[in-house]
Amino acid sequence: MRHLLALLAGCVLASAAMAARAQDKSGDEVAKYREMLADGNPADLVELRGEELWKAKRGPKNASLEQCDLGLGPGVVDGAYAQLPKYFPDSKKVMDLEARLVYCMTTLQGFTEAEVTKAWFTKPGKEADMEALVTFVGARSNGKPINVANRHPQEAAMAKMGEYIFYRRAGPQDFSCAICHANDNKRIRLQELGNLTTKEGAGTAMKSFPAYRVSQGNVWSMQRRLIDCMRQARWPEPKYLSDAVIALEVYLQGKANGTVMQTPGIKR
Amino acid sequence: MREALNLERRKALKAGAGFGLLSALLSVGLISPQQARAAVNKGAFDAKTLDETYKALGVSAPAVSDQVVINASDIAENGAVVPIGIKSNLPNTQMVALLVERNPNPLSASYNLTEAAVPEVTMRVKMGQTSNVIALVKADGKFYTATKEIKITLGGCGG
Amino acid sequence: MGSPMKIRASLSGETADVKVLMRHDMETGQRKDASGAVIPAWYIQEVTVALNGKAVVTAEWGAAVSKDPYLALKVKGAKSGDAVSVTWVDNKGDTRTDETKIA
Ligand code: HEC
Repeated sequence: MRHLLALLAGCVLASAAMAARAQDKSGDEVAKYREMLADGNPADLVELRGEELWKAKRGPKNASLEQCDLGLGPGVVDGAYAQLPKYFPDSKKVMDLEARLVYCMTTLQGFTEAEVTKAWFTKPGKEADMEALVTFVGARSNGKPINVANRHPQEAAMAKMGEYIFYRRAGPQDFSCAICHANDNKRIRLQELGNLTTKEGAGTAMKSFPAYRVSQGNVWSMQRRLIDCMRQARWPEPKYLSDAVIALEVYLQGKANGTVMQTPGIKR
Repeated sequence: MREALNLERRKALKAGAGFGLLSALLSVGLISPQQARAAVNKGAFDAKTLDETYKALGVSAPAVSDQVVINASDIAENGAVVPIGIKSNLPNTQMVALLVERNPNPLSASYNLTEAAVPEVTMRVKMGQTSNVIALVKADGKFYTATKEIKITLGGCGG
Repeated sequence: MGSPMKIRASLSGETADVKVLMRHDMETGQRKDASGAVIPAWYIQEVTVALNGKAVVTAEWGAAVSKDPYLALKVKGAKSGDAVSVTWVDNKGDTRTDETKIA
């Protein structure tokens, strides 16, 4: 706790006076700001681009992704995101959407893994294809409840590993996810940090990803969100698509089970 | 009749050279030469202060009016994307424009409205810092304004 | 040519609510890239919203309009099936027009 305060002090102090005086009013105004952005979410354009990419014949095999099996059978996109991550017998692995897209891009389209994971998130001047595909597939689960059953032994094992990582303290600051994310009504600056150990808190987070991040001006997938949180925890940054990240996703999706998807969300 | 119209259009096209869209629209008859001429002077977008902008727009001493309404949150989380709506309740509103006082060039956008448009537009603009924003409305040939301060909160602390 | 816009047009009474998202970087000409070179200004300067081919609003924009611009406005005298089109032109002369029918 002391570490957390020390780390965040510089940021918190700047706005603490204002925040204390007018937190609720500020909260209302921030809510109004996000509401105005949600009507015409810039990520809607990313979703359109994702749909084009999904249907485009690309790669050495000149194939589209339309026959990709996201867990509900080849070509079924509707509702797929809400049921991921899940165990896939063909790869013998628990995969989230991004891992699965990489699998399809290599098997169906003939890309190498390095090619499709190299620029997985947007950098100035270069928008990531992966982000667009995730936004497209995510939106096709809108209105569907998150349904991650964790029935397969490997899924259950990943959920357990995710829970372990969530509570484990590590790194130079001895941080855990739980330090920032297992309390009700915790805030950093004006930022409400949901309690991810409850269905409500986890649901609020998981139903709205992929999400447009106002402060970044682009879409973040859950992979990116979690990898960045590990950076915030001062942990060594995990590799994109690594089991640690997917395990956390399995754990958090499980907590959020039953929450109705609504993406792309709007986040700070 | 047809000939005359085409001639009008061609003349306007010449006069509008450099105004890509306007001339293109003129040529297909989407807008009349009248509207093209009403276009805001480009110089206004280069003006660096409110006064210079008003001057470039041919505005002098616009009246503050409660019939001009700005719809925006008091706080914007990211100055790169600040949603702002302007609504005019004044009869015969012909133009609305948005100025951000402390931006390098205050004039952000201007909208010429035909009679078929409801005088209400919403857009998103960049703001370098906390600033007053001004809605400028031209109605029945006269100019009116409303002002609102918008605070920009995004600092360097990520998350 | 630019990427497609997303245009939504819905009717309440005889007024069409038009909401447009355009795909454009809207570079101000004031930013620098990683190597310190100024990124040249590149932004939409002119926008026209038309109902059944007739201009209703013509806008002029500066570089201060946000990346991936959003524009919402209302058009009178519209009915179901009418065509709403949006055209933009940027300072490099690039242009794009998209159209939608009012639901
Ligand atoms: C130092 C504090 C801190 C630590 C440690 C931390 N996070 Fe975060 N986390 C944040 C902040 C700040 C946000 C951004 C909140 C927002 O944008 O609304 C966030 C956002 C999230 C979100 C999205 C929440 C939402 O509703 O959008 C998830 C999920 C998440 N973190 C999971 C984790 C996991 C898993 C870990 C452990 C690997 C972790 N975080 C570690 C501070 C932290």
